Amino acid sequence: MAAGVATWLPFARAAAVGWLPLAKKTMPKPPVDNSSRSDEILYLNVSGVRFQTWKNTLDRYPDTLLGSSEKEFFFNEDTEEYFFDRDHEMFRHILNFYRTGKLHYPRHECIQAFDEELAFYGIVPEIIGDCCMEEYRDRKKENQERLAEDTEANEVMDAPLPPDSTPRERLWRAFENPHTSTMALVFYYVTGFFIAVSVIANVVETVPCRPPEGRVKDLPCGEKYQLAFFCMDTACVLIFTFEYLMRLFAAPSRCKFMRSVMSVIDVVAIMPYYIGLVMPENEDVSGAFVTLRVFRVFRIFKFSRHSQGLRILGYTLKSCASELGFLLFSLTMAIIIFATVMFYAEKGTKGSTFTSIPASFWYTIVTMTTLGYGDMVPNTIAGKIFGSICSLSGVLVIALPVPVIVSNFSRIYHQNQRADKRRAQQKVRLARIRMAKKGTTNAFLQYKEDRALGDRDSDSTALCVKNRSAFEHQHHHLLHCLEKTTNHEFTDELTYSELCMTESVGFRTSRSTSLSSQQGAQNNPTGCCPRRARRRAAMRLANSTASVSRGSVQELDTLHVKTTSIPPQTRSSLNAQADDLKLNCGEQDFTAAIISIPTPPANTPDESLPPSPAPIPGILRNTRATAYTHETVKISSL
Amino acid sequence: LSAVRHRPEGLEQLEAQTRFSRKELQILYRGFKNECPSGVVNEDTFKDIYAQFFPQGDASTYAHFLFNAFDTDHNGSVSFEDFVMGLSILLRGTVQEKLNWAFNLYDINKDGYITKEEMLDIMKAIYDMMGKCTYPVLKEETPRQHVEVFFQKMDKNKDGVVTIDEFIDCCQNDENIMRSMHLFENVL
Repeated sequence: MAAGVATWLPFARAAAVGWLPLAKKTMPKPPVDNSSRSDEILYLNVSGVRFQTWKNTLDRYPDTLLGSSEKEFFFNEDTEEYFFDRDHEMFRHILNFYRTGKLHYPRHECIQAFDEELAFYGIVPEIIGDCCMEEYRDRKKENQERLAEDTEANEVMDAPLPPDSTPRERLWRAFENPHTSTMALVFYYVTGFFIAVSVIANVVETVPCRPPEGRVKDLPCGEKYQLAFFCMDTACVLIFTFEYLMRLFAAPSRCKFMRSVMSVIDVVAIMPYYIGLVMPENEDVSGAFVTLRVFRVFRIFKFSRHSQGLRILGYTLKSCASELGFLLFSLTMAIIIFATVMFYAEKGTKGSTFTSIPASFWYTIVTMTTLGYGDMVPNTIAGKIFGSICSLSGVLVIALPVPVIVSNFSRIYHQNQRADKRRAQQKVRLARIRMAKKGTTNAFLQYKEDRALGDRDSDSTALCVKNRSAFEHQHHHLLHCLEKTTNHEFTDELTYSELCMTESVGFRTSRSTSLSSQQGAQNNPTGCCPRRARRRAAMRLANSTASVSRGSVQELDTLHVKTTSIPPQTRSSLNAQADDLKLNCGEQDFTAAIISIPTPPANTPDESLPPSPAPIPGILRNTRATAYTHETVKISSL
Repeated sequence: LSAVRHRPEGLEQLEAQTRFSRKELQILYRGFKNECPSGVVNEDTFKDIYAQFFPQGDASTYAHFLFNAFDTDHNGSVSFEDFVMGLSILLRGTVQEKLNWAFNLYDINKDGYITKEEMLDIMKAIYDMMGKCTYPVLKEETPRQHVEVFFQKMDKNKDGVVTIDEFIDCCQNDENIMRSMHLFENVL
């Protein structure tokens, strides 16, 4: 109630007169207040909608934009009003906050837009009134979850492998996400097939087959074709064991993996077989062993790796654990009560099936779930009355928690749908961004050609220059400046790939360990192209045209260069990627230090020498012709 | 459940009754009405408001006494007139009027005498507002001692009660008190 504080302060100070006769010490001097007490009306113009309010109203919250002198920045002398180029509908709520002291959240507004407005006006969201706080919190949480899902999904799914992943990491990735490589996909389907085969075999081996000659009784197929079934079982178990061991090996955290549900299911699925192998053919023990075979049916749960719907069901059950627990508990209570009642009601009857309370449990359950097998029926009148009460209450108790479970399932299911949809959208968006980037690169290259022409012939430049906007001009000039700074040129994918192809023939890499590239790539045993591919893959929005200059720069171990010296290629990413243009050393150092030294390509790298002697693709000419020069660039350590 | 709505007397009347100017009354009323749209303050709101200013301690007892001091017609709620009259005395009144008001505050049962018990209640209420974390640490008998000091000073005929005349006389002879009476005059 901050507004209250401001308004009532004069009153509280006046009431302090009541302490004066009792004071033990002399009172301190009051603060001098020179500000004029007269109130004035301020005019606030928000995108054309004029608001007016007392100055005092705004002064109530001096740590916000409107309450402090910050608003003077927005004062327009010509019209003598404060002009804000923001949303006027949301400004209404902001102003009401000053007036009433309570901030309300309009439900039809986007939560992020609202947050941005609050941030602009310097108001913390925590003071939203109780009436709207819950809604605000819910929507904010929903939004954050959605964003978290997004980034998580991106990291997990689409983020390509880091360039230096060990085989173990690659294996794990292949297991977790079968779509990454064909091998993984094949393995995925093979295991799926074998799970199905195993389950079907388990089922079929109990079906009665025609008995062989000399026998009368029907035999289950399992015993008739014992060898065949045994072979099939062995094959399946071998595959499952192999898969489990592979997963165990590849798992980043073995303890965690062993504790996970899926691994437990895997173990339970294959254990019976091995126990059966080691178990002697003892009659008593094998009786127990037979029950173990029941666990083979758990192999069907291995399908949950293959089916998303099954996983969703599992998540739902897990998230509704409390509701299910409640259901179970209340059912148990009801069963015990009714079983007891029925037992005592039917106690006297001759030949009653309600022999004990536990026996009545069966009746109660069957009745409450409205199954009604009819194997146990009450005969006495009391028994029938209680039986009917039992069935009615059963319907109620079961119906109550079910909607909660259903809504949870629906929420999780839709979340999954959303994730899939978003992934598809991402792909489209990325494709569009790539197209836009290519467009800009081509425009830039065109600009450079024109300039080259223009240097020779001033007439034609005039024609070409006209077709570009001022923005484009300045942008291209900027890119040009960057080229001049680094003494490298931009090129497009085609030219670069050609270059790379020829380079990899006679290319010897450096094993310099003190390379500090952004990936922390310490060993680059592979050639130039895979590195390029890895780096490009790692930076999804990386522009390969600039990777040439990057590639050469990366070879330097003495200069710690943060990669992505890509200038922003898209208008939208201008702000975002401007940060990436960070070179630790000043750009001036670069230019000064570049020395062109042609070195033979077959130089073996010497680790003691700081600069790498390996040939580096240097300056590329911007011609589509196959003939191009490349000079090696050797940058000394400065 | 009907909202108590109270409309104050006209601006001219209030101007005549109090020592505030028209503009000051307008400002006061706007603030008052903003906080209490129904036009009256009840004791709980009063306590809430006062608690905002003294968060370390418990201001509810003192607020209760204050409320009674402002609620001159004792109808359980402070209307704008009560509020503005009280403020007029406190901010624009003569020293005599202020002392009168203070005496009225201390005299809880409004019988014209301040007894030791009444004073002790007031004192405890004031010390409650200080809260626990004080320096030096508040002890149990601090209010009581303070009351003793007060009575020694004020109670001239040592009859155990302080009358209004004793009070005003004594205060007027005390320079500190007289000087401090002008402290809050520029509050509004």
